[in-house]
Amino acid sequence: MSQTVLQARDLTRHYEVSQGFMKPKAMVKALNGVSFELKVGKTLAVVGESGCGKSTLARQLTLIEAPTAGSLVLDGVDIAQASKAELKAMRSKVQMVFQNPYASLNPRQKIGDQLGEPLLINTKLSAKEREEKVRAMMKRVGLRPEHYYRYPHMFSGGQRQRIAIARAMMLQPQIVVADEPTSALDVSIQAQVLNLFMDLQEEFHTAYVFISHNLAVVEHVADDVMVMYLGRAVEVGSKEAIYSQPLHPYTKALLSATPSVREEDRRAKIKISGELPSPLNPPTGCAFHKRCPFATERCSQEVPQLRELAGHQVACHHAESINA
Amino acid sequence: MSLLQIKNLSVEFGNAANPFRAVENLDLSVNQGEIVGIVGESGSGKSVTMMAMMGLLEGQGRIVADQLEFDGKNLLTISARERRKIVGKDIAMIFQDPMTSLNPSYTVGYQIMEVLKVHQGLRGAELKARALELMELVEIPAAKTRLEAYPHQLSGGMSQRVMIAVALACNPKLLIADEPTTALDVTIQAQIMELLVNLQKERNMALLMITHDLAVIAEVAHRVAVMYAGQVVEEGTVPRLFQHPVHPYTEALLASIPEHSKGARRLTTLPGIVPGQYDRPKGCLLSPRCPYAQERCRAERPAITPYEHGAVRCFFPLFDKEAK
Repeated sequence: MSQTVLQARDLTRHYEVSQGFMKPKAMVKALNGVSFELKVGKTLAVVGESGCGKSTLARQLTLIEAPTAGSLVLDGVDIAQASKAELKAMRSKVQMVFQNPYASLNPRQKIGDQLGEPLLINTKLSAKEREEKVRAMMKRVGLRPEHYYRYPHMFSGGQRQRIAIARAMMLQPQIVVADEPTSALDVSIQAQVLNLFMDLQEEFHTAYVFISHNLAVVEHVADDVMVMYLGRAVEVGSKEAIYSQPLHPYTKALLSATPSVREEDRRAKIKISGELPSPLNPPTGCAFHKRCPFATERCSQEVPQLRELAGHQVACHHAESINA
Repeated sequence: MSLLQIKNLSVEFGNAANPFRAVENLDLSVNQGEIVGIVGESGSGKSVTMMAMMGLLEGQGRIVADQLEFDGKNLLTISARERRKIVGKDIAMIFQDPMTSLNPSYTVGYQIMEVLKVHQGLRGAELKARALELMELVEIPAAKTRLEAYPHQLSGGMSQRVMIAVALACNPKLLIADEPTTALDVTIQAQIMELLVNLQKERNMALLMITHDLAVIAEVAHRVAVMYAGQVVEEGTVPRLFQHPVHPYTEALLASIPEHSKGARRLTTLPGIVPGQYDRPKGCLLSPRCPYAQERCRAERPAITPYEHGAVRCFFPLFDKEAK
């Protein structure tokens, strides 16, 4: 049995947004009671469309923001009870790779310095030792030694993402949160970067939280999958379970909407109408009921809770009857 | 006779002494009622080809072609006044980012009516009725009130529907869609693709779809051209081209999709990156990355050669592999 490195329970994050002068503030429930466990060396993929709370989740996990409610236990320490010094130490255990490598690297700093910065801040290594470590990591991610003195604009998108990954890996974190790491890249480059992710995981036993909207990519990298819709997890399970037997109507719709090159991989199209609802004004009951072909009276009143069914968890009132 | 016929098109940018060829010796034809896909990675020249055709590169690029004909008219020699009569009317285009292609200062209704005023001379009640009809055609709910909406009040999917309405206003013979769903969420992408294909069938218009997403093309197109570094490297019918690619680049591109490596830990990749302005090889443009490259490939550039099921630009096409 592998060890749990991160445990989230009922993680919630609400934001206040101004509606204009003299108007009451509105509340966006970006993340609404999300629970999961992350095991050492495994990958949890978080899937969903815009506004489902994927990136808010990433901000909570990387300790950039504190959750409004719920608990987050990182490597055995509850972050709500941790002191400032402890928090600082914990932040180096969780690193992040962003979607856009153009924006996430400092354009005025040489690659060698950017990669060395985490070591400079968090360790007591000498300049020489730092350079050694940086050069070793550069080699590991497929960058050439002469790249040490170059600036980010001198690299292609794929190389920049390699640099961003190298930077995240410098402190050998236990967890890397990757927010859409390949969606800005071309297909053939995406394959190279995904391979790098897999190789690094094998070598360092890092746990990944892999956020993506691309179900084909997720199927390749994930061990477990969490499907989110409007701030809530609607289905959680192992990759095999979710892809072979999706239970939630939204998961089914997502899978059927994903185009596929091979005819044998195409699923029967489930047409879902309508747009994603606004998180400012979410529908009552099940957030998906206005677009769901199976919705009934009950769905518009009662929020479905995650429950165990056929080996995975699903939040749908009618999961049994739909999948019978 | 084809609706659109392009023969030996080249587009160059920069000064004459050190030109950059964004498109090189491109042949393409589109028939009435046909869906043709152009796929390629960033910088392969997909969009530049279309912009050259629509006359959008005036003063920026040099366009050379043996033939550039649309509906019997020579687009190379046509006057600007004549061109304006065709572009926007018989040839319409929708772009990748619907949010930036609509004018933020005018209502959606105004922008649809503008096209009708210019090209069809409609006025008054007739104009309004036709605009409403178009909004309903692209399945925008509450079309009447939405006519008064400004672009910022619409979601991405809705904006793209408006763009389609504008494009279809004058019943074009050819619709060019440049990455029409790339900026949209998966379920919205499925809705927009379905709408586009239905409208194409209903009106028997030609649809030229530019995208980097192989799966989208595989699902809807009749024929496809694969571009690499400014050249069409392979052309063929769907689904044959996806089942039996004969150009090494097409083969590698297909192999790098996660879908094709199911169950494998690593994805198949093509090493290296697309050549840029200064490192274009002398011989075949793929030769530095191609696993099958031989002496001849590095010395000479292959021409596009027709074969039984399409055309391919390679000295050693992978015909034998078909047997497998």
